[in-house]
Amino acid sequence: MAQTLRLTVNGAAREDEVEPRLLLVHYLRERCGLTGTHVGCDTSQCGACTVLCDGQPVKSCSMLAVQAEGMAITTIEGLAPPGGMHPLQTAFWEEHGLQCGFCTPGFIMAASALLAENPDPTDDEIGRGLEGNLCRCTGYVNIRRAVHRAAAAIREGAGAPAPMGG
Amino acid sequence: MAVSQLIGARVQRREDPRLITGHGRYIEDRLPAGVLHMAVVRSPHPHARIVSIDTSQAAGAPGVLAVLTAKDFHGQLAGAMPVTPSFVPEKKYVPERFPIASEEVCFQGEPVAVVIADDRYLAADAAEQVVVEYDPLPAVVDIEAAMAPGSPLAHVGGPDNIGWDMTFDGGDIDAAFARAEVTVTERIWQQRLAPTPMEPRGVLADYSPYDERLTIWLSSQNPHFIRLFISGAMGMPESRVRVVAEDVGGGFGSKISPYPEDYLVPAAARLLGRPVRWIETRTESVLNAYHGRGQLFTAEAAALRDGTLLGLRLTQVLDLGAYHGTFGAFQACACLMAGGVYRWQAVQGRTIGVLTNKVPTDPYRGAGRPEGTHLCERMVDRVAQEIGMDPAELRRRNFAREFPFTNNFGLVYDSGNYDGTLDRAMELVDYQGWRQRQAAGRQQGRLIGIGCSTWVEICGFGPSEATAGATGGIALVESAHIRFLPSGSVAAFVGTHAQGQGHDTTFSQIVANTLGIPMEKVELRHGDTAEGPAFGYGTYGSRSLAVGGMALHKAAMVVRDKAQKLAGHLLEVSPQDLVFEQGTFSVKGDPSAHKTIEEVALAAYGGKLPEGMEQGLEAVSYFDPPNWVWPFGAHICVVEVDRETGAVQVHKYVAVDDCGNVINPMIVEGQVHGGIAQGMAQALYEEVAYDQESGLLLTGTLTDYLVPTMNEIPELTLDRTVTPSPTNPLGVKGIGEAGTIASSAAVINAIADALSPLGIHHVDMPASPDRLWKMIQEAES
Repeated sequence: MAQTLRLTVNGAAREDEVEPRLLLVHYLRERCGLTGTHVGCDTSQCGACTVLCDGQPVKSCSMLAVQAEGMAITTIEGLAPPGGMHPLQTAFWEEHGLQCGFCTPGFIMAASALLAENPDPTDDEIGRGLEGNLCRCTGYVNIRRAVHRAAAAIREGAGAPAPMGG
Repeated sequence: MAVSQLIGARVQRREDPRLITGHGRYIEDRLPAGVLHMAVVRSPHPHARIVSIDTSQAAGAPGVLAVLTAKDFHGQLAGAMPVTPSFVPEKKYVPERFPIASEEVCFQGEPVAVVIADDRYLAADAAEQVVVEYDPLPAVVDIEAAMAPGSPLAHVGGPDNIGWDMTFDGGDIDAAFARAEVTVTERIWQQRLAPTPMEPRGVLADYSPYDERLTIWLSSQNPHFIRLFISGAMGMPESRVRVVAEDVGGGFGSKISPYPEDYLVPAAARLLGRPVRWIETRTESVLNAYHGRGQLFTAEAAALRDGTLLGLRLTQVLDLGAYHGTFGAFQACACLMAGGVYRWQAVQGRTIGVLTNKVPTDPYRGAGRPEGTHLCERMVDRVAQEIGMDPAELRRRNFAREFPFTNNFGLVYDSGNYDGTLDRAMELVDYQGWRQRQAAGRQQGRLIGIGCSTWVEICGFGPSEATAGATGGIALVESAHIRFLPSGSVAAFVGTHAQGQGHDTTFSQIVANTLGIPMEKVELRHGDTAEGPAFGYGTYGSRSLAVGGMALHKAAMVVRDKAQKLAGHLLEVSPQDLVFEQGTFSVKGDPSAHKTIEEVALAAYGGKLPEGMEQGLEAVSYFDPPNWVWPFGAHICVVEVDRETGAVQVHKYVAVDDCGNVINPMIVEGQVHGGIAQGMAQALYEEVAYDQESGLLLTGTLTDYLVPTMNEIPELTLDRTVTPSPTNPLGVKGIGEAGTIASSAAVINAIADALSPLGIHHVDMPASPDRLWKMIQEAES
């Protein structure tokens, strides 16, 4: 039996009829057309599906869409205004922090939550903050560098644009 | 940036803006209206007879359009899934494989039925309602037991479990061993690994019955071969099948060969007349995506007491799984590369492929070369230990130094400087300093170890002469098409296909540099069989740059030569009197008389061309490399093993690699990082484990299959030397697999070195705390 879901996705209010068992990630990808949030596993290890729910990083494959009732969801598409880039996105680009790119949106979302709490993390703090995300291509070396670079840019006033709806 | 500086430049990747903003185009992102979803019913048994399949309940479930079994597909698909000769031209027993089982299932996860429904949830629900009655059969799990007479058979009615058994002779091995002053033997286990690209596989097919055309989208490293295989099985002209792989979320070898679903999805789409898609779950991926490694080596090395290496004799027993992987025999190249970078009097390698009731093995990052390197580098360390010589010194005494160097099997290493990379790595890691710290640490009971891996790799497949037979007919060359449009931008097509290697960027650098135009004017296309030349050969075996990049370069040179002829005509001088620089043809001695290549491109679409010249400015080229390319390097790892817990801490990891000339150093470094991480993961963490009794998979999710997180991979120190390849015009080699080929040996050599005071000489992988703690306890008791 479908239920009515009301929430905000990347700043836009939405109302949809959804099956109670619909996963949030499938709602975002297939109902909202936001395919930047990826599914890389089915046991919540890989973190490719990480989005922000009211600013908190959440693995959207492990949450039902109906559980997001009333929440403000930010996906990778909403991290910066259209055409713009969040300092983390710029830093991943500059530091070659991605190869195939499949895990990247999840890393960037998780890192954005980390930097919101800790603007100047150490290597260990980055490792702990991102331990819920797996990357198979980069060996993580450049991801670590990218997070440091983004943190420095934000501290120096590059400005993290307010996430849409965050 | 001046165009002529593009080769070797640290250009930021042009594919990144879409990927970092969530606008990639991966297979699951394609969701056409009206698409149906397929779920696969898989065997829960490693080996069983199918007694009956009852689809009636599933067929009546909500949203279900069809439940299909082997009998439905037999009318749609002909022949068996392909097995290429690869390095083993004659095989003893190749069980035929149909994409879906009808009477017997031979591995856990083998498809027995598919459900097609309106959405993925309903398809999954209905798949649970397909009732299959099985009669379980004994499972063949252990590869050594599988070779014994009287072993249960992996396939009912098979002659035995031996897929192949052949010996490569590289010189007179008995004569080499007859001179031995010292010999060492070892059993070295290469555990099964799951390649685990972060994007699982997926297939979407749309068949148009009116014009009898089929389009398949899938996550693949190898779209043209997939078109060849699927069109053949479906009885369709290759020209009516289009295969498209857009952004591919990692492959590492697991997306080269065809899979059952690559056949079942298009066949179902044709049967139902509707687009059908299947998206693999991670659990399906760990269970069913082709594994790598799974090999047991026994090896014996002979040497003189002064450190001179004489002979190496090895046997590779390879776990084929239930069927031969399409390119599975490629892994036998471990035998041919087991001599590594050293001068041996003789090397002999026997390879035995053994059928078991597990998912097939196929190439995984390095495919045979990591195994050969690991074996060689372990055995060299064992010899050094046996005669009491520093392992770096022993390596130096035996390095090949004259190039081209012909190894024991007649393979010709094109260029190398093994001392150069080892010297630099030892300097960067502070080798002597660590030897001193190791000695001091041992006084305090600390277990510090230093491991070297001086590796070489055969890659860049072709050449045609060697590979046409290996694939069963199609020579591994590479194709490219370069086309100037009238307004001066360039469309470039190539038959390789990236899965994160950054070809959009590096290949555009090559094209722009060769044609003297800005990179922004080059549009690089790949992954779609409807574009470019008739055939492409895919991305694997570190071949894309050294073969595909060279095809682009060759096509660009043909275009440039034609442009020069036309420029001469336009400027009314002989083409020989023109110089080409930064995209402009100028008359020698009169630089004011010139034409840019873009002006020439426009003119090429006009009238008044030279006699005999056709309109247009484009070329198709196939590049057939005269040899493989042979990157090499030296990796040194420093570890400390915790005596109390068996945990390994990596103190330092240095990699000095040489892949010839470099197009984009940023991308090369990224490839090395990722490669090292995967080899380190094999050395320390990952293993596909099966229950030895039941044959059931024990590591079926990422909870159990331990892909490292950021916390497990240390900072890596990289450097490079540059020894250009004489094999191709740009002097390039390959770097995609190098880190993986090198690193497992460096890590394990370091651990074995750390444990040597306890009398431990060898450590198998993964060197988990559990394994090491037990070894330490046993040694100390």
